[in-house]
Amino acid sequence: MATTMSRPVTAAAAPRSRTMHARSRAQKAVVNLVLLLIGAMFVVPLLWVLLASVNADAGLSVSWPGHPSLDNFKAVLDEETTFRPMRNGLLLCGSAAVLTLVASTLAAYPLSRYDTRYRKPFLLTILFSTGLPITAIMVPVYGLFVQINLVDTRIGTVLFLATTGLPFGIWLMKNFMDGVPVSLEEAAWTDGASSLQALRFVVLPLMWPGLAVVAIFTFIGMWGNFFVPFVLLLSPDKLPASVSIYTFFSQYGQVAYGQLAAYSLIYALPVVLLYLLLSRKLGGAFTLGGAVKG
Amino acid sequence: MSVAHPRADASQSRRAVARALPLAPATLLLLVFLAGPIVWSVYGAFTNTALSGAGAANSHFIGLDNFHKAFDSSAFRNSVVLTLVFTFLSAIVGQNLVGLCLALLMRAGSKVVRTLVGAFVVGAWVIPEVVAGYIWYAFLGKDGSLNAFFDSVGLGHQALLFSHPIVAVSIANIWRGTAFSMLVYSAALSEVPRELEEAAEVDGASGARRLWSVTLPLIRRSVTTNLMLITLQTLSVFGLIYTMTKGGPGTKSQTLPLYMYEQAFSFGQLGYGTALALVMLVVGAVFSLVYLRVLKTEI
Repeated sequence: MATTMSRPVTAAAAPRSRTMHARSRAQKAVVNLVLLLIGAMFVVPLLWVLLASVNADAGLSVSWPGHPSLDNFKAVLDEETTFRPMRNGLLLCGSAAVLTLVASTLAAYPLSRYDTRYRKPFLLTILFSTGLPITAIMVPVYGLFVQINLVDTRIGTVLFLATTGLPFGIWLMKNFMDGVPVSLEEAAWTDGASSLQALRFVVLPLMWPGLAVVAIFTFIGMWGNFFVPFVLLLSPDKLPASVSIYTFFSQYGQVAYGQLAAYSLIYALPVVLLYLLLSRKLGGAFTLGGAVKG
Repeated sequence: MSVAHPRADASQSRRAVARALPLAPATLLLLVFLAGPIVWSVYGAFTNTALSGAGAANSHFIGLDNFHKAFDSSAFRNSVVLTLVFTFLSAIVGQNLVGLCLALLMRAGSKVVRTLVGAFVVGAWVIPEVVAGYIWYAFLGKDGSLNAFFDSVGLGHQALLFSHPIVAVSIANIWRGTAFSMLVYSAALSEVPRELEEAAEVDGASGARRLWSVTLPLIRRSVTTNLMLITLQTLSVFGLIYTMTKGGPGTKSQTLPLYMYEQAFSFGQLGYGTALALVMLVVGAVFSLVYLRVLKTEI
């Protein structure tokens, strides 16, 4: 009974839904095509770096390497060109990122847990400082560093780099920490734990994805930062990869483009790997999107 | 009661100090290396401090001279105009619109395409800015890929880096920064209830109309936040332009940060450079205050 009743309805609906289906399929195909076109515009400039790196006589334009070889990589993989700047970068950005992480975790705790008088002004100041152009601060920072003898010191550069990461670091960390319910710490408090112990043993283990996001983004930002070490460090043996890659390019009259491309890839590799790790483990950059959506 | 009061006060204030203590390391760093330089720049901008010459041996207060010098200088005005053009082209139009389009299209695209295109766009964002600079130098340069392509289809050379360097660096900045807008808009769009858009579709609203009257008003706050953040980021772009053109040819792509760098470090005019930094800081602070007003309700 039910089937005979419904048959005319389905019969009439079928062709209509089929055309709608076809239309939405066509629509989807167009959307995909447009997306792929935009994607191509993003990927084509990258081809030069990839192809030139394995081309012994690479020029500026994209050309298929006649005899692909790893000679360019071999040529730049030495102490002065690659290993030292990469080590310097790791040392500078690693220490600065750790410093940012520790200081912003500590700062985020009272901001997230207690409703004190200074909470709101502090957070507003933090949010305000995330907007200040760090580029503009470089001249006065250099002036300050001259006064207190910190120019061309690693420690000064690390401290300043760490500071540049702090406003956003504290802001993100506080938001992640807000996601851990306070009730869990109350049990620890009744057992006599101090608030720092509660932070260390209860809160942090529960928000490690947040910690990882802040750590990786801080590090990626510092690894790519060119202007800060460019201004604050002078000795070639202290320069991180972000600056040495620039001098590498301008030192030679005749630029070895293939080597430049190979070195660019080596230099970019750590952040690309970190980013992949981040998006694999933590559901992509949408974690960041959530933190800045406003 | 009256006896317990002072003791309660003491323990309360001790607790307040204990609670504020974890803020100390961050506050100290921010005071010394962020607030310090800003305060110094307010003072230094009114002096003739220099790395060499008279201003180095004996720097002194010169009032508003640095600012007079700046506003009288055609190089300064040129850099302000170029900064505005760069920010408008690459951030407000480029990154913002391309990011929005990508986020909208991705909702309708298939999963494979979405993942692939997303990876390309984010890839451009993750790459360090000096490398991005080289990539675009290689792409747009005289012997670059684009010209090789133009040659092969008989269009002739387009030396964008020479003829319109500010357009060239803007294109590079769109390429590099669009991922951020795309991520912000994707996050915002994922929270827009589909029913609202579908209801408008049933009512016969066209795609553009639905976008304008339904979707955009719902993500209004994200649009403001995004515009504010990318404007601030673009205002202080240095490495990308420096690697691509060094501000040249001549001063045709010398934005404010590059002009500031040249004056302060190449010419050693720290006082004048600081005055320029102060101008930038004030512009940034104004945008930052607007941004703050938008977000204020959330704190």
